[in-house]
Amino acid sequence: MSINYSEKIPNNVNLASDRKLQRALEHWQPHFLKWWEDQGPSDFAANDVYLRTAVGVDSQGWASYGHVKMPDYRWGIFLADQIPDRKIGFGDYYGQPVWQQVPGELRSQFRRIIVTQGDTEPASVEQQRLLGLTCPSLYDLRNLFQVNVEEGRHLWAMVYLLHCYFGRDGREEAEELLARHSGDSDNPRILGTFNEPISDWLSFFMFTYFTDRDGKFQLKSLAESGFDPLARTCRFMLTEEAHHMFVGETGIGRVIKRSLEVMKELSTDDPATIRSQGAIDLQTIQRYMNFWFTSSLDLFGSEVSSNAASSFATGIKGRPDEEKYDDHICSDATFEIETPDGTENVGMRNAMNEVMRDSYIQDCGIGLKRWNMLIKRAGFDIELYLPSSKFRRSIGSWVGLPVDPHGNLIDQATYDKKLSDWIPTESDRVFVTSLMQKVTAPGKMAGWIAPPDRGINNNAVDYEYVRLN
Amino acid sequence: MKLETVGAKEEDSVRINYDTSPEQYVHWKLQVDGPVATLSMDVNEDRGLKPGYKLKLNSYDLGVDIELYDAINRIRFEHPSVKCVVITSAKERMFCSGANIYMLGQSSHPWKVNFCKFTNETRNGMEDSSRHDGLKFLAAINGTVAGGGYELALACDELLMIDDRSSSVSLPEVPLLGVLPGTGGLTRVIDKRKVRRDLADVFCATTEGVRAEKALTWGLVDDIAKPQQFPDAVERRTNGLIQSSSRPSSEKGVMLSPLIRTIDAQGIHYETIDVEINRSERNARICISGPSDSNSNSLEEIIKEGANWWPLKFARELDDAILQLRTNEIDLGTWIFESKGNIQNVLDIDNALQKFESHWFVKETIGFIRRTLARLDVTSRTLITLINEESCFGGTLFEIVLAADRSYMLMNEEDEHSPTIVLSSLNVGHYPMVNHMSRLHNRFFGKDKEIADSLALVGKLLSPQVALDAGLITFAPDDIDWEDEVRIAIEERASLSPDALTGMEASLRFSGPETMETRIFGRLSAWQNWIFIRPNAVGEEGALKVFGTGSKPNFNWQRV
Repeated sequence: MSINYSEKIPNNVNLASDRKLQRALEHWQPHFLKWWEDQGPSDFAANDVYLRTAVGVDSQGWASYGHVKMPDYRWGIFLADQIPDRKIGFGDYYGQPVWQQVPGELRSQFRRIIVTQGDTEPASVEQQRLLGLTCPSLYDLRNLFQVNVEEGRHLWAMVYLLHCYFGRDGREEAEELLARHSGDSDNPRILGTFNEPISDWLSFFMFTYFTDRDGKFQLKSLAESGFDPLARTCRFMLTEEAHHMFVGETGIGRVIKRSLEVMKELSTDDPATIRSQGAIDLQTIQRYMNFWFTSSLDLFGSEVSSNAASSFATGIKGRPDEEKYDDHICSDATFEIETPDGTENVGMRNAMNEVMRDSYIQDCGIGLKRWNMLIKRAGFDIELYLPSSKFRRSIGSWVGLPVDPHGNLIDQATYDKKLSDWIPTESDRVFVTSLMQKVTAPGKMAGWIAPPDRGINNNAVDYEYVRLN
Repeated sequence: MKLETVGAKEEDSVRINYDTSPEQYVHWKLQVDGPVATLSMDVNEDRGLKPGYKLKLNSYDLGVDIELYDAINRIRFEHPSVKCVVITSAKERMFCSGANIYMLGQSSHPWKVNFCKFTNETRNGMEDSSRHDGLKFLAAINGTVAGGGYELALACDELLMIDDRSSSVSLPEVPLLGVLPGTGGLTRVIDKRKVRRDLADVFCATTEGVRAEKALTWGLVDDIAKPQQFPDAVERRTNGLIQSSSRPSSEKGVMLSPLIRTIDAQGIHYETIDVEINRSERNARICISGPSDSNSNSLEEIIKEGANWWPLKFARELDDAILQLRTNEIDLGTWIFESKGNIQNVLDIDNALQKFESHWFVKETIGFIRRTLARLDVTSRTLITLINEESCFGGTLFEIVLAADRSYMLMNEEDEHSPTIVLSSLNVGHYPMVNHMSRLHNRFFGKDKEIADSLALVGKLLSPQVALDAGLITFAPDDIDWEDEVRIAIEERASLSPDALTGMEASLRFSGPETMETRIFGRLSAWQNWIFIRPNAVGEEGALKVFGTGSKPNFNWQRV
């Protein structure tokens, strides 16, 4: 089979002259397309979607817009430009030149981390595959698909590393990434959260805001890696990941904006009244946030972790924005961790998950500030908040303990009784699902969400982002 | 790529060589008289291999054993008509007192372990020559024999001891030194001498040992004689052993010319072997150059070539390379074997080896290869073979692949450009391992079908796919993957604990029932090496350390 690689697969990794990669992709790419057909967005394969395609890594190249049918999307392989003389920035190999090949002794650790990261990318596409059927607007439908194709490209990015640097094992793992499916009880995705379907758009916005943000932090930590091709791959993925955060932040913001419109109109903050007008009350939004924020916190792993210590020590995975820290070795430093038994001093390296989780929580707070400004400006005395990181944890030292969203340890009976005030109930879900009606006329929005401030790539909001005919 | 967090450190840099010849011996006298060779131990106490100890009382160190090993090889090749070797002492009333304790006390752990391994191999080699090639050994114990001295005698076919009412035989290591007799004494006493285990227990826990009469009663020796009758008894015993030998009666020997070897910063270079040393990667690449196109194929030509005949030269060079690396390069944990040459030429050599195997010279050559391969099997290094387009791993050379812990064979897209391997009938039984199985049988232990299937492949050139399917190689990466797969495997291996690897490899290399040799290299050596690092032996107040100072050892009494 002869393929015009640079035409079909945009890349900056010299694919046209890399036999190893060509051979691996010749095998994998048809399987990927089959997977997209079976597990990707349902029903819209024939429609032209206004998508951004990366055809290069510079400011012109990474965002080239045009209508394209999703199966024809040109998934490419891009690494951010190499930084000359880059040195390992943390851990035991601090200051040594970065590795252009995987060191043999770290091979299995690197492979595991790349496979775990890679597994989340197609998983989220699978989780979201039915959302297109209930889109609140063409604009949102297009954003969903943009997120989906980019998650697909992020899968390609991880597969590229597996193909290029992990030999036969790598090719086998790349196949496995297509063989596991979200929610398939026989072949589930690796991380639990990625096996839950995302069946409504409020959840989708929460997912892109909270869970994709975890992805952003994972990528940021891998962008520090001593294995240069991994670092460069992740740096480029981060430019795309920003759009996913944008979809989440503006999505939640528009839902809040719409709710505030209804609240102002009727001068009420009564949830039932707001719901009766087809908008989502802020209390329900808070419960959704409680749910998604806490389940995303679990993705960072245990507060005290030998894996995290080893990944840091061996130069596999640094802290996001490693350069902002003073101590890059952390062999003697300690970190204070709050446990149910009191404060505990643990080795800094073992606490890297917690360090990362803390920066993540701060980052999550930025959107909340904006939303609370909206609420305040609308004249309501309600404040959305992030629940405590001890609340509803299923990993780490707080696992299974009755902690309320403010971080207080309470008795189990009270907790059980009040849990339905804190996370979405069945009736919340039924209500939210009832709002999910497909709206596809250009520029029209479903009643529970406000229109965006502006369209995509300087187009109007009522631009035909997806051609349905 | 190798990850380095600490600087490499220099060990003491005295390089040990194993070459010597009878004119250079300082510890042994070799005397050949028709079918009898007498090897008299006469250790020069001032000529220890390293400073710091005196080799008193016919005690030995590695240097003494290097001469012994050389002498036995000389007898094998240069004196083919020798049927019986008499090992005795040139000292008054002292046969041999064993390994020198002060030498052991001052030696590093790796040195002790390597020393024991080499001495074990030499003693096993004596038994190997007796079993396969009819060279018999008599220990003419003409004085007190203790520890390693008795173990040397135990490796002989027969033990004759002087009964002078004062000479004794003992294995005093446990009560005296807090370690074990390290060259197979415990094992041979019960396995070979068939001494009852409770009597062996008494014997091995007694410092002073027993005198001749009791030694005979317990079966520690075969025969005893009064000093006046001792020479006659030696002759009588020798004649008996000569009768049982299959060695030829009047043949001219083949001189073992000195090996041609250069050692430089890159490695060790021989004619058929090139060892490339990669210190930063902690490995050695051992490349074998196969036989050339013009091989001797008549017996006359072969004998005329003598030590230059490819299989003997190869075996001697490989043997020396193994010993050099084991003694002098203990940081190189992985040995990577490659070969280059025409596989057909290797088969021609195998044909000659088989066709003339009843001739003493060819038989001894096979024996040399057999013992060298056995040395490889018990080497505490990771062995990896790489089979690429240049390789000639066939027949005898395929034993290297079978001996390796893993093998990688290049599989090119088109079969005709891929390397091949081939089995010859020599793979089936000519080179038994120390577990007395061929490497092929060892590989497929308990799997009759796999054994039968691989026997059916003898003589056929095998492609990587066929070799892989037959289980003769481990992996067959294609040309695109080759470099990465091999590099990563080697790097990954180099990162694992060397101790755990030694234990793992030694456990996986030998399948099936134990033999005396596997018990010596496995059970005995493992226990000994454990004892060698315990404070009870080598701590400040350990038995080995305080020996000779008058102080009593201070033991930690916990049984572990």
